[in-house]
Amino acid sequence: MNKIRVGVSVNNDKIEFLCSPEDTVLDVLRDNLRLTGTKEGCGTGDCGACSIILDDKLVCSCLVLAGEVEGSEISTIEGMAIDGKLHPLQQNFLKHAALQCGICTPGILIAAKALLERNPDPTETEVRYWLAGNLCRCTGYDKIIRAVMDAAAEMRS
Amino acid sequence: MKYSKPRTEKEATDILLAEKGMAKILAGGTDILVQMKAGHIEPDLIVDIKNIPGIKDVISRDGGYEIGAAVSGYDFNINPELKSFAPGIAEAFDLIGSTQIQGRCTMVGNLCNASPAADTVPALLASNCTAKIVGPKGIRECGIEKIPIGPGKTSLDKGEFVKSIFIPSRPDFSSDAYMRLTPRSEMDIAIVSAAAFVTLDSHGVCTNATISLGAVAPTVVRVKEAALLLIGTKLNDSALSRMANECKKACKPINDKRGTIEFRSHVAGVLAKRTALLAYERAGEKIE
Ligand SMILES: Cc1cc2nc3c(=O)[nH]c(=O)nc-3n(C[C@H](O)[C@H](O)[C@H](O)COP(=O)(O)OP(=O)(O)OC[C@H]3O[C@@H](n4cnc5c(N)ncnc54)[C@H](O)[C@@H]3O)c2cc1C
Ligand code: FES
Ligand code: FES
Repeated sequence: MNKIRVGVSVNNDKIEFLCSPEDTVLDVLRDNLRLTGTKEGCGTGDCGACSIILDDKLVCSCLVLAGEVEGSEISTIEGMAIDGKLHPLQQNFLKHAALQCGICTPGILIAAKALLERNPDPTETEVRYWLAGNLCRCTGYDKIIRAVMDAAAEMRS
Repeated sequence: MKYSKPRTEKEATDILLAEKGMAKILAGGTDILVQMKAGHIEPDLIVDIKNIPGIKDVISRDGGYEIGAAVSGYDFNINPELKSFAPGIAEAFDLIGSTQIQGRCTMVGNLCNASPAADTVPALLASNCTAKIVGPKGIRECGIEKIPIGPGKTSLDKGEFVKSIFIPSRPDFSSDAYMRLTPRSEMDIAIVSAAAFVTLDSHGVCTNATISLGAVAPTVVRVKEAALLLIGTKLNDSALSRMANECKKACKPINDKRGTIEFRSHVAGVLAKRTALLAYERAGEKIE
């Protein structure tokens, strides 16, 4: 196989990996780097479980080839808590019980983080539209939205 | 499969030309990766064009904007200048997928995937946009409507790729709009869509119009007869109804569980009216 060598920064760590041309970033994160916090739901861009931040943009890692990210910066759920201290979004997800099975949670947390970095004071409608590409089969979304709104308020104060 | 990342336009066309098997140009990958995973395509070569210098640029020229082939929906819509220049194209681009898909998807990918339901294509057509194509014989330019020739098929020759899309300058008091009907409000594919471009005189009378429809035929359609009915009017009800009727006649949609032929044709007329009115309103706001 013709392997590709790729250098990236993942959660501020510079790393290199070897991958096949057809590997996605999701494959590499989970299988090569053992960062299994990023989940695979659909593999086709519909569910958002695989959401990561790639050079400041929220993307589905299942739809990005690993070869494409040479020289990029990636943030995953593993980088969200700093020195063991949970991010306000994570704390509010726990407080509001905004998760049940938890498969969607890392993707939603990363998506919500990307939103609050751009818009610290979103309306509920803005939160709902921003997160429309993150499916949750368990919670009914309401608690997720409350948790994001509360985390945003906390981070502004 | 091989993956290549050309650094120049020439290198890209050379690699594409040299490939004996199936070569796929990769922009945002939001169509290609889905098709690969579903087993619909098995490319031998992927040519990622995103590292070609200038391919992510937005250039203001000749009163319009040249949008690089690798400009994503997110990049387009955070640019207030582009949004106010071409609100119809901006809203069509913004409708593609979720926030995550917006981070990757491109107009050129949307165009070259050649789906009859592609959201940006009716809007690009209504605004008379052109595409700049780089190939082994140099650079050529053509109307965007010449590129998709049927579902999944384009007119691009081997070795060619689209480098940018040009949104031309618009006369004073002009604007555009785009709307689609989907079963769900987010994350769905259009059953029918419509785009309108109108130009008014200083009294609010329409002097020029373009109407285009998506998802009602194998490719996007420009309905000249319909647009003509708006000229000389202030888009009053009777002009709009006659225009909608012409749109209905121009539809040759498929019949499936998402919409019957009759329903799609009817909705095409309704959406054409609404987009024409919205474009009219936007253009009117520019008159003192
Ligand atoms: C979850 C999800 C939701 C979606 N929702 C919508 C939607 O609402 N509306 C909609 O219209 N589409 C939708 N799509 C489809 C897709 O996102 C769009 O068509 C998008 O614009 C494709 O752009 P891309 O850059 O990702 O294309 P790619 O996948 O990179 O390419 C698409 C096609 O164009 C060709 N191509 C790409 N760039 C060039 C170039 N520069 N020159 C020549 N050929 C080129 C490729 O070879 C390929 O055949 C959705 C997709 C997903 C996964
Ligand atoms: S796994 Fe990527 S969107 Fe579902
Ligand atoms: S908590 Fe189960 S999918 Fe969201």
